Amino acid sequence: MMNLKELLINQFKGKNKIKANMENESQKNVFLFEKIFQKGLGLTGILLIVVLLSIFITLLISSTPSIKHLGIKFLYGRAWNPVTDEYGALPFLIGTLLTSLLALIISTPFALSTAIFLGEYYPSGIVSNIFKNIIELLASIPSVVYGFWGIVILVPIIRNLELKMHVLPYGVGILTSSIILAIMIIPYSVSLSRQVISMVPPTLKEGAYSLGATRFEVIIKIIIPHTRSGLFAAILLALGRALGETMAVTMLIGNSHNLPTSIFSPGNTMASVIANEFTEATGNVYLSVLIEMGLLLFVVTTLINISGRQIIKRYILH
Amino acid sequence: MDKLIRLRFYKDRIFKSGIILMTVLSTAPLLLILFYIVKQGISSINWDFFINLPKPVGEKGGGIINGLIGTGILVLVASLIAIPFGAIVGLYLSEYSRDKLSYWVGLSVDVLQGIPSIVLGIIIYLWVVKPTGHFSALSGSIALAIMMLPPIIKSTEETLKLIPGTIKEASLALGVPYYKTILRIILPMGFSGILSGSILSISRVAGETAPLLFTAFGNPFINTNILKPMSSLPMLIFNYAGSAYEDWHKLAWGASFVLIMMILFLNIVTKILERKWKIQF
Repeated sequence: MMNLKELLINQFKGKNKIKANMENESQKNVFLFEKIFQKGLGLTGILLIVVLLSIFITLLISSTPSIKHLGIKFLYGRAWNPVTDEYGALPFLIGTLLTSLLALIISTPFALSTAIFLGEYYPSGIVSNIFKNIIELLASIPSVVYGFWGIVILVPIIRNLELKMHVLPYGVGILTSSIILAIMIIPYSVSLSRQVISMVPPTLKEGAYSLGATRFEVIIKIIIPHTRSGLFAAILLALGRALGETMAVTMLIGNSHNLPTSIFSPGNTMASVIANEFTEATGNVYLSVLIEMGLLLFVVTTLINISGRQIIKRYILH
Repeated sequence: MDKLIRLRFYKDRIFKSGIILMTVLSTAPLLLILFYIVKQGISSINWDFFINLPKPVGEKGGGIINGLIGTGILVLVASLIAIPFGAIVGLYLSEYSRDKLSYWVGLSVDVLQGIPSIVLGIIIYLWVVKPTGHFSALSGSIALAIMMLPPIIKSTEETLKLIPGTIKEASLALGVPYYKTILRIILPMGFSGILSGSILSISRVAGETAPLLFTAFGNPFINTNILKPMSSLPMLIFNYAGSAYEDWHKLAWGASFVLIMMILFLNIVTKILERKWKIQF
C-alpha cells in the first residue's frame, strides 16, 4: 500500500519515467503547476527560517556596542551603574539560574507523580480527563495573572514564614518567584513525561508482572529506567520555559540589583531586568547591554530546546 | 516469606496513595487561583465595568473598555498575519515531509516556540518601533503573530498527517494532480484542525504581556488606530496589580476575571472542535 502511494506521489511530482513519454500540453502544465505549488509552499518555509535567522542576527548586531565596551567582564561583573556605563550581569545570571533551578526542584516531584498518575495508573477515563484538563488549563493562565495572584496571596504567606524564621521579611524574592514558576512549568513537564510513560511497551511491563512484581516495582524498576532519557528531556524543556519566563517573575522577585545572598533575598533575573529597564534605557551602551542579555537568553533557551527535542526524538525512534 | 510479600503489597499501596496525593496537590494551584479570581473579580463586574475607562485613584468605579478594545484589535491583527502563514507552513510540513528543507523548517518551528516572549518584544522593538520612531499596536500584533505561529503550524501539520492515505490515493488514482488533491481534498478535511489550532493559539497570546511592553506599550484612553500605542487587558492588569491602591487592585481583579473567562471559553471551543473532528474519521 505504502509503495503504491509513494509511486503515485512520485509520478505526480514528475520524478518518474512517465515524464519522458508525456503526451500533450495539458499534462505538461500539470507538472508545471505541481512544481510551482511545491516551490511556493517551500518559500513560506524558507521565510520562516529567514525570520529566525534574522532574529539572531539582529540581536547579535544590536549587542555589539555592549560586547565591545564590556567584553567578557559582562558575565562576571557585579556593578550595575548606567551613569558610569558600568554593567555586570552576574547578579542577574545567578538570579535566573537560582529561580529556575529552585522552580525545577519544587515542581519535578509533583510533575513526575502527575505523569505517572496519568500515564500509568489512569491513562484513560473520566478521572484521567479531569486531571489532564486541569493541568492543561494551568498552562493557559496568563503569566501576569499568576504574578498578580502571587502578589496578593503568596507574598503575605512568605512574609509570615520569613518573620517566623527571623529573616528580613521582604515577602517578595527568589523563593516566592520560584514557587510561582514551579506552578507555571508543571503542565510543560507533565504533558511530555506523560506521553513518554504511556509509550513504554506493554510487553515489558507484562513480563515484570508475570514474574510477580507489584505495580510499584514495575514503575520503579521498569518504567522509570526505560523512560529515563525522555523524562530528562521533559525536565530540560521545562527548564527552558522557566529561564525565559518574564512577567510573573518581574512582579514577584523584588527587583534588586544586588547579588542574592539567600533564597529569601530579593533579586532580579535577566528577563525581569529587560522588562523593567528596556523602555527607560537611555544611551547606546545601556540599551545594547539589555539586548545582549536578550541574546544570551535566546541562545541558552535555543540550545536547551534543540537538545531536549533531539533526546525525545532519539527516545521515540529507538 | 509471607511477611515479605505483605510488605511489598504495603509499599505498593503507599506508593499509589502518594502518587494520587501529589497529583491532587498539583491541581490545587489552579483551583485556588480560579477561586480567588472569581471571588474577587465577580464583585467588580457590572455593565459600567465594560463601558468605562479606568478612573484615577480615589474615585469609585471605572472600567476596562480601553483594555478590552485593545486586546480585541491586537489579537485580530495578529491572527490575520499568523493564521494564513501558519496554515501554509503546516501544509508544507505535512505534505512534503520528505524534502530536506522541511527538516530545517520543522527545527525552526521548534526553536521559535522556545524563544522567550520578552526577547520577541526586543526584536519587534528593534524591527518596527525604532525605525518608525513610536510605539504602535501594529508592532505589538506582529510580536503576538510570531508567538502564534508555532502552535498553528504544529496543529495544522498534525491534523493533515492524520488524514487517511487511502483518501489521497483515491483522488490521485482518479488522475487528480497532487496540488489539486491538496487544495480540494486535504485542506477542507483538515479545516477544523487548523481552526482549533488557531483558536488555541489566540487563547495563548491573549494573555501575553511581555512582548507588548516595548511594542503596543499601553494607553490610558480608547484607541482604535493601530499605528498608535494601545492598551490591552494583560497590560492593564500588570499596571494596576503593582499599585498599592485598593481600588486599582479591584480593577485588576475584574480585568483578570474577564481575561480568564475569555481564555476558558476559547479553550472549551477548541475542545469541542477537536472532539467533533475526531468523530469524522
